[in-house]
Amino acid sequence: MAILVDDETRLVVQGITGHEGRFHTGRMLESNTQIVAGVTPGRGGQDYEGVPVFNTMEEAVEETGANTSVIFVPAAFSADAIFEALDFGMQTICCITEGVPVHDMMRVANYLRVKDATLIGPNCPGVISPDKSNVSIMPVDIFIPGNVGIVSRSGTLTYQIVNELTQRGIGQSTAVGIGGDPIIGTDFIEILKKFEADPETECVVMIGEIGGNAEQLAAEYVQNEMRTPVVAYIAGFTAPEGKTMGHAGAIVSGGESTAQAKSEALEKAGIGTATNPSEVGELVTEILNHDS
Amino acid sequence: MDLYEYQGKELLRQYGIETLEGIVAASPEEARAAAEKLGGPVAVKAQVLTGGRGKAGGIKVAEEPEDVAEAARQILGMEIRGHKVRRVLVEAGAEIESEMYLSIMVDRAAKKSLILFSTEGGIDIEEVAEQNPDAIVRIYIDPLLGLLPYEVRELTFAAGLEGDIAKGVGKTLNNLYEAFVEGDASLVEINPLVSTKDGHVLALDAKVTVDNSSLFRHEDIAELHDVDVADPEEQRALEAGLQYVKLDGDVGILGNGAGLVMSTLDVVAQAGGEPANFCDVGGGANAEKIATALDIVASNQQVKSVLFNIFGGITRGDEVARGLLAALDRSDTDLPIVVRLDGTNADEGRRILAENTPENVYTEQTMLDAAKKAVELVQDGGR
Repeated sequence: MAILVDDETRLVVQGITGHEGRFHTGRMLESNTQIVAGVTPGRGGQDYEGVPVFNTMEEAVEETGANTSVIFVPAAFSADAIFEALDFGMQTICCITEGVPVHDMMRVANYLRVKDATLIGPNCPGVISPDKSNVSIMPVDIFIPGNVGIVSRSGTLTYQIVNELTQRGIGQSTAVGIGGDPIIGTDFIEILKKFEADPETECVVMIGEIGGNAEQLAAEYVQNEMRTPVVAYIAGFTAPEGKTMGHAGAIVSGGESTAQAKSEALEKAGIGTATNPSEVGELVTEILNHDS
Repeated sequence: MDLYEYQGKELLRQYGIETLEGIVAASPEEARAAAEKLGGPVAVKAQVLTGGRGKAGGIKVAEEPEDVAEAARQILGMEIRGHKVRRVLVEAGAEIESEMYLSIMVDRAAKKSLILFSTEGGIDIEEVAEQNPDAIVRIYIDPLLGLLPYEVRELTFAAGLEGDIAKGVGKTLNNLYEAFVEGDASLVEINPLVSTKDGHVLALDAKVTVDNSSLFRHEDIAELHDVDVADPEEQRALEAGLQYVKLDGDVGILGNGAGLVMSTLDVVAQAGGEPANFCDVGGGANAEKIATALDIVASNQQVKSVLFNIFGGITRGDEVARGLLAALDRSDTDLPIVVRLDGTNADEGRRILAENTPENVYTEQTMLDAAKKAVELVQDGGR
């Protein structure tokens, strides 16, 4: 088991003929991901590295039975690509593209409510289940298969922490980079729920950062609903306070968006919170040893 | 991107929201001319991209053109929360009957637009929110449906508005929602929104933040970006595709990826140091980009040592090491630099560094050791 992507994943790459699309398609193929199709409007009938390219998602799905998509199309067209993926039955969609307008994402996020699908991102590194499927731009070499789930708002910080685990011989079930944008398809809680339901995942590492209050909401969920132990890490204690115009933000969130507030909420919920990336490795080791 | 009040009002007027007549002035003489043109008492308002200008003395009311010029002289050049005042808005007066608050923002958690409205507007709105939360009406809007007529009624009834004011507020809200969506704003705030004795509803102030990611489809707004107020180094970084924020400490920090750099700042602080900046060089190992980043970080005279924290991912450690050496070659900084390299092919990268590094470069294996070393170097005097 793993979550979101595994041996059953049949991937379609939206924007396969672009610079990023080509580069990462090559890397995902190298890590044995089943890439069954690519989509680039106007390039139908071509192929890239043996992967057939279609003009539309409709054709791609009909011809190949794809069930998962990864999106590399430019920011101006990303929302459209997500709507297309949703309308043709994708169960999991990873939007890697950075810089998608927030109003576009609000429309996407509300459409998502009526669809039985999971959108990861945008502005995220994707999802990887080591040795099963790689739907990401993450460096596969630092991962080993195992029983720790990772969910993170950050990219390189995730790699750093995964590396800490791998060096200690601790493998990962699935690593999910949910993205750091203000509006994302899937928040911590939905991923935590999936890890909680995954028999293979024995411990979850949650990596947060300043901004919003997703960590607080997650802390509440972990405390009330989760049996799988969670270790957290928050970055941004010394980050400069963002200058904010107007009062609306303060009226709504108070001081919730600081690293301090997040880490206090996590500790209060009884979640082990590391003060630096190495300590994450130590806390996970303790939990796994204690359980076995 | 934040807009100045006069720019925000221009946007609101395009969507049919009423404002007072106003003229932007960059000198006391221009302010005097503006006052003569407008006639009667006017308000002279500092144009800064921050709140709290009223309390800081950045708004003055005057009637005679001579007094208006004097008010502008006092306000221009003033510093408000670190923002220098370069322009004032000279605005006609109005007979105000009541002050209200109206804003629309993107609510991250709800993933919807959130409208806030209160009949108790003015500078103390945050206090109202804290002490009397019921005085603020909140309505979430589904972006797929847009603002529905019943939602507008819900707001005006909940706020106890009647007659012309209810109509005026309703119309303003519809217009503001349109401006918010079509302008790709993450925040539009009118505080105060006023009703006048002759029955008008006017925006007396405007705070507009436009989503940076949307600027590709708003060339007119993108052009308003004020390069004069940006920190010159931050501006240079922006042009080089780097994320750089200047801070107050003495340990210069570079790394790849925002999360990792933030984490590095934290670890330096834990080691007893004070970060001098945040600098994300992004992915890849482009020597020129790294050299530019190093120069920007080193140009801050407070910096005594530099910590470069890199995690090799897709760009392998050996490539990063070569890029870094090429960058050091181009950069002429003599600051002590601690390099911490980890990730894919990190051993090979560290070997390359160890064999070729100049005297001022130290390599460390872990983030914690690297942070300690960088702090030690500051204590030893740095440069």
